[in-house]
Amino acid sequence: MENKIAVKVDDLTVAYNYKPVLWDIDLEIPEGVLMAIVGPNGAGKSTLIKSILGILKPIAGSVSIYDKPYEKQRQLVAYVPQKGSVDWDFPTTALDVVMMGTYGSLGWVKRPGQKQKKAALEALEKVGMLPFKNRQISQLSGGQQQRIFLARALVQNASIYFMDEPFQGVDATTEIAIINILKELRKAGKTVIVVHHDLQTVPEYFDWVTFLNVKKIATGPVKDIFNDDNLTKTYGINYKVSIQE
Amino acid sequence: MSSAQIEIQLIASLVAIACAIPGTFLVLRKMAMISDAISHSILPGIVIGFFITQDLNSPLLILLAALTGILTVVLVEYIQKTGLVKEDTAIGLVFPALFSIGVIMIAKNANDVHLDVDAVLLGELAFAPFDRLMVSGIDVGPKSLWIIGAILIITIGLLFAFFKELKVSTFDVGLAASLGFSPVVIHYGLMTVSSITTVGAFDAVGAILVVALMIAPAATAYLLTNELKRMLIYAICFGVFSAISGYWVAHWLDASIAGSITTMLGLLFLAVYLFAPSRGVIAVLYREKQQRTEVSLLTFLLHLKNHTEVRERHVNHLNEHINWQKVRSKTVLNLALKNNMIQLDNNIVSLTEKGEDFTSQAIDYIITNEDGKIEHMKDDFFLFRG
Repeated sequence: MENKIAVKVDDLTVAYNYKPVLWDIDLEIPEGVLMAIVGPNGAGKSTLIKSILGILKPIAGSVSIYDKPYEKQRQLVAYVPQKGSVDWDFPTTALDVVMMGTYGSLGWVKRPGQKQKKAALEALEKVGMLPFKNRQISQLSGGQQQRIFLARALVQNASIYFMDEPFQGVDATTEIAIINILKELRKAGKTVIVVHHDLQTVPEYFDWVTFLNVKKIATGPVKDIFNDDNLTKTYGINYKVSIQE
Repeated sequence: MSSAQIEIQLIASLVAIACAIPGTFLVLRKMAMISDAISHSILPGIVIGFFITQDLNSPLLILLAALTGILTVVLVEYIQKTGLVKEDTAIGLVFPALFSIGVIMIAKNANDVHLDVDAVLLGELAFAPFDRLMVSGIDVGPKSLWIIGAILIITIGLLFAFFKELKVSTFDVGLAASLGFSPVVIHYGLMTVSSITTVGAFDAVGAILVVALMIAPAATAYLLTNELKRMLIYAICFGVFSAISGYWVAHWLDASIAGSITTMLGLLFLAVYLFAPSRGVIAVLYREKQQRTEVSLLTFLLHLKNHTEVRERHVNHLNEHINWQKVRSKTVLNLALKNNMIQLDNNIVSLTEKGEDFTSQAIDYIITNEDGKIEHMKDDFFLFRG
């Protein structure tokens, strides 16, 4: 398959206070894959996403989105941060949070109008959260909050979606609902990149995987590289996962 | 009311509005203490500015002092970034240092300078009308009124222009950064506005009241609303209300205006803290009591549904079996009766049709925990309150 490269990372090194968190990462993510980034705690999974999105400044290396720097391609990218990274007591409603997804296309100063509201309502409908549109966000369950975040990314109508642990602290129903939406995105030709923790579900949910532990261990199709060898290299212990199931 | 009285109230109200706007965002960003730091550490800036201009209301002085405010923020962040101390410690290190430099500068030059520490800490709103702005020989009003008015217009302009940017970067820094709304720019923009507002308000109300006017109205508004725009409007209203009522309290008590306004802010917060409809202490206690009763009622109904034997449904048995105190079981029994959920026949309790339906629905809800059903059940539960 000769797909276009959606995201290209070259020699990326990121450090917090001179301690490298990511070391010389080279990565090519083909268009249209549903990719998991896996690795132990502190492996730099979130850092990788944040560096690609320009939230963190790398000390070396470069990133391109469809051959151009991220700053020029913001409109093509949507980001779902970790749920715990925001204050859910913030005085705002579910609809308002989803509307924030439209701010990027509006640019500075311009305000959202009816068009943006309509898009936000459609996204809420897609994640099954329309009945909760006026609910204050602290009154939502963990799974509902994650759906709101997903809707906010959907409303950006991007080509590439980055998600930081979207399955953290959600129940089985929500997990299935989310993965179905992600699979739909892939079907529509979008590229979806997910920081993921549950190794058991990798073969079932994803078609592409990147093993990361400060350095990149391996990247490629799940059926080719999701094996004990790479798991052991990444996690440092003999990891037994049955990928036949 | 004399014109001086009106002017004082007008200045106090404008200061309150100018403070409430950045204050709301500081509270939401959990940066309330930064405003305290800024209000103290701008002192050396004010003193130096005063040496140069000999005028507490000069724009140069305001600019210099605002720069010191921003310097405070930069220093705090720098110290914090080393990872050696936490943010609150960094704040505690920076602002007393800068403030004390200002205090020493005042003390060294106290003889020839009209500026003293008391006025800096508490301000002197009562004197504000005496310092007039003269434009080609015509009196156009107190200088502080013009200064705070100008600052307020700029603040409101910025708020309208960048409301969405402020909102998204306050709620979700990561998203704001990925969308291209630089959180650093917005952060320092907010810090600059807070610093300038602090300096502008400082002369009129002093360092301590500035903090109170920034934080207390926003904190009070936070208890009352779930929407950012409303929070801003409430904060502004609380600020203005405290400013005006505080002025009159000071008038009647013949006490410090700044002190009275701050007292009003404190009282207002206390009242809302106690009586706010959904988050107030009393409302929370009441709701908890209601919920306990609802759970008891449900337990009671479930027991009836599970047991068809007469023995299990006798009133006295229920008392022993569910292990409630007499008063409690009586409340629950009456509540169920009042809502036609049960019927009593010779002290034998049985469910009515309505009671049966309600119990099945409740079990469904508890087992499936489906969102859709919660909505419906919440309305139902509400029927049985009180």
